[in-house]
Amino acid sequence: MSRPRVMVAMSGGVDSSVTAALLRVAGYDVIGVTMQIWPEADWEVAYDYGGCCSVGAIEDARRVAAAIGIPHYVFNLREKFQRQVIDPWIDDYVHGRTPNPCINCNRYIKFDELMAKALGLGCDYLATGHYARVGFRDGRYLLLKGHDPGKDQAYALFGITQKQLAHTLFPLGALHKTDTRRLAEGLGLPVAHKRESQEICFVVDNDYHRYLTAVRPDVRRPGAILDQKGRVVGTHQGIAFYTIGQRRGIGVTGPEPLYVTDIDPQANTITVGTLDDLLRPVLVATELNFISIPKLDRPLAVTVKIRYRAPEIPATIYPGPASDEVTVVFDSPVRAVTPGQAVVFYQGDVVVGGGVISRSLTEAVAG
Amino acid sequence: MRRVYLDHAATTPMDPAVAEVYIRHATGVFGNASSLHQWGAAARNALEEAREQVAALIGAHPREIIFTSGGTESDNMAIRGTAYQLRERGRHIITSAIEHHAVLHTCQDLEREGFAVTYLPVDREGFVDPGDVKKAIRPDTILITIMMANNEVGTIEPAGEIAALARAAGIIFHTDAVQAVGKIPVDVERLGVDLLSISAHKLHGPKGVGALYIRQGVHIAPILFGGEHERRLRPGTQNVPGAAAFAAASSMAARRLAEDARVQASLRDRLLDGIVSAIPDTAVTGRRYDRLPNHASVLIAGVDGSALLAGLDMAGIAASAGSACTAGAVEPSHVLAAMGLLREGDFAALRLTLGRSTTVEDIDYVLDVLPGLVDRLRRQSRP
Repeated sequence: MSRPRVMVAMSGGVDSSVTAALLRVAGYDVIGVTMQIWPEADWEVAYDYGGCCSVGAIEDARRVAAAIGIPHYVFNLREKFQRQVIDPWIDDYVHGRTPNPCINCNRYIKFDELMAKALGLGCDYLATGHYARVGFRDGRYLLLKGHDPGKDQAYALFGITQKQLAHTLFPLGALHKTDTRRLAEGLGLPVAHKRESQEICFVVDNDYHRYLTAVRPDVRRPGAILDQKGRVVGTHQGIAFYTIGQRRGIGVTGPEPLYVTDIDPQANTITVGTLDDLLRPVLVATELNFISIPKLDRPLAVTVKIRYRAPEIPATIYPGPASDEVTVVFDSPVRAVTPGQAVVFYQGDVVVGGGVISRSLTEAVAG
Repeated sequence: MRRVYLDHAATTPMDPAVAEVYIRHATGVFGNASSLHQWGAAARNALEEAREQVAALIGAHPREIIFTSGGTESDNMAIRGTAYQLRERGRHIITSAIEHHAVLHTCQDLEREGFAVTYLPVDREGFVDPGDVKKAIRPDTILITIMMANNEVGTIEPAGEIAALARAAGIIFHTDAVQAVGKIPVDVERLGVDLLSISAHKLHGPKGVGALYIRQGVHIAPILFGGEHERRLRPGTQNVPGAAAFAAASSMAARRLAEDARVQASLRDRLLDGIVSAIPDTAVTGRRYDRLPNHASVLIAGVDGSALLAGLDMAGIAASAGSACTAGAVEPSHVLAAMGLLREGDFAALRLTLGRSTTVEDIDYVLDVLPGLVDRLRRQSRP
């Protein structure tokens, strides 16, 4: 019987490098691949900057692959990344939403495009350096949180399907980040001391305002800032530059600190209010995926995260109102429910499923 | 696992006899060919002997050969050197859309300096029509540069016919013959070219050395400065071991040309026939028979080029898809685009280029591996 073959998605960073090295040590037939996703126009920037999947990162991944003795290939997924990650990300901002591009990248690039290539090349698994775990219970594959509470990345993986989980390995799920760094040093990997990658891999310096203005100059569309009673209290620069819960840089002051509480793309207005005005008892999510259950057909008590770095809070999820929607009723109202962000449902360590926040409601609707 | 190298258009292994010449000169003839002493004289002699052998491969006079660092430098030197030399006479250059980037990017850069460039189209087999060349000639045309043979699709261009047109119009003609020399007969007199680029590593010589043929009486401006070497056109201490090994490779290529071409063309036909008959939805790019003897290229529908190359590599087979780019991933090919062959959807442009060491067993191994691999990649629906 031949050794199981696994394709490792290598970004050139510490986590995916250790992932590849661990699988190699464990006896897998390992193939390293790096996705090339940066738009060609940003080539020189990509070269200088060295973020995830940039040219510098590809070279780092190649060096690591050579050091651990595995083949390494580069797959050009620029066009697909543009169409399925960057374009929708821009579109979300234009429509007053605050997107999380990692969700679409995991959903449509890593665990779709890349997994298809892995299986087509005779691999049994695709492995990534995510801090998450795969489990199996009662005939279903489970997505579980990573053991390191500070690094757990199961949130961004909520879109993963049963078929994908069946062919996925997350070797770092049982480790803490400090273990990973120690392993990288112990294994002599040339990236052991690389710093953490930044939030949005394709936006240099995380300056998404500059990026948006460069690719979509029409986002600079000033409009009214309203208070909770609908009175005009100022002017904004374009709804794309604001997010729910934002406090800094609004340019409007009041007796209490003011936050963005609503964004209305139709009217091109943003609304500001106090911390308490941010509270919402209910949200509605779409683009759903369920993992530990086939589908939601009755109310379920869960904990939810409404942002990657947000704490988990207790809630009940209900099917509907529309057939492709879920209503999340929080046990007590939460601040800054942000359309475009993912809402992920948990039961303990198990990811039940998740979706993308489409809107928040100010009152719980009975029934 | 069997290892089959079928990427000879990218580079070739140095022949052991050539490597022996290289090492002998690298260690034993280390003098600077410009030096007055006997060490320098030994280097100078080796260099001039090398020049004779390289010249002989293309029917040139040794004085007409300038050693360079390779094909890219030769192309840059020929095009920019001619443009600068003749800029007072005219500023129009004619080339084709399927040239190597060494030619295309140089032309594009000259456009930024105020030169006008006509990029001629090609037909679906990648041929430049000499009639189009004739029509593109203007009173201010100073240079025509059309490749001898295309690296991606193996098409052999009518360089002689175009050279005759250029000569009749008093225009300098350059050809990038990097893929052609050593594969098909190339004779500068018979072709009537003024400038011709060659690379050593494409014909089992070392990397980092090439040549530019400059017809006696043709003058180009230098693009590098710093010494008297190579008729002041390519200053810098000469690469004597490289030149000597290039010469050895040239002599070997001249001696073996007919036999290599016959053997490789028959293996190539076996390969192309095998691929097209075993794998549905494939098409040969370029001309089926009248092409570089060692060159096979096909379009394969429904698979991604980078995955196909990875799969072949995992099976021990070296191939290429279009041109390799800086980061090693596969880019859409400007050659296939010009031929009108770029389409929507996944389409791998696979290139397999044979060499002297290629055997019938190698070809059969590829024919054994490739159909199954393509089938697996095609069947892999989204999980």
